[in-house]
Amino acid sequence: MTTEVQSEEGVEGSASQPERMVIIAASGDLDKAWPVLILATTGAAYGLDVTVFFTFWGLTILKRPDAGISGEDWRQKMLSIFAKGSSDHLKLSTLNFAGMGPWMMKGLASDKNVASVQELLELAKDMGVTLMPCQMTMDLMGLSLDDMIDGLSEPAGAGSAIGLMKEASINLFI
Amino acid sequence: MPDIQADEVLDCSGLLCPMPVVKTSAAIKKIEVGQILEMIATDPGAPPDMEAWARQTGHELIDQTAENGTFRFWFRRTK
Repeated sequence: MTTEVQSEEGVEGSASQPERMVIIAASGDLDKAWPVLILATTGAAYGLDVTVFFTFWGLTILKRPDAGISGEDWRQKMLSIFAKGSSDHLKLSTLNFAGMGPWMMKGLASDKNVASVQELLELAKDMGVTLMPCQMTMDLMGLSLDDMIDGLSEPAGAGSAIGLMKEASINLFI
Repeated sequence: MPDIQADEVLDCSGLLCPMPVVKTSAAIKKIEVGQILEMIATDPGAPPDMEAWARQTGHELIDQTAENGTFRFWFRRTK
């Protein structure tokens, strides 16, 4: 991770275009989705032009809660049942305990007034963060934009991601 | 407490990372260049985070205080 300071003036208004930050969100785990969105919103607060590229299980963060069974192929249908997704149904990478872990973690977050993944997702959209789903993994999993939440950019591929990352000051893979 | 007349006050008491930074960045856009925003936080992570935010965005951190777990910051919008 690089965080070069271009000038004393800082990232906002130091150049004609704001500096860029790209996060590749490749995991649907609650404990990965959370830092992805915390860093994305904080990057936007720093005046950075932030894009989050959601790929593989990262796509589950963007699924609508009522997406239901998606895909044509029986394997895609099974995937959509097992990886139900939506930002409210993410699992912990460790200590999941059939949902007990996330339930406890979300309860703690609520008690401590930590913004939830859903709140951060909405905040990110309000702050102009580009939420870009990966076209290839959407095809692989049989997902269409109808299965996803509103406010996403057009799906794109690795070429678009690399194009953005090449110009970015901060690139993260989470 | 420093004698600074704030044009706008933002209370982030009880909020944790990243909300003080996020809300401050939104609030500073709502005041005019040269005006002062006072921000109140209770997150112990706020002092280093707000100092870094001010340094990077270029908004001036005029002063800050820490009393009984309450942190106050005064920022001047510079652009």
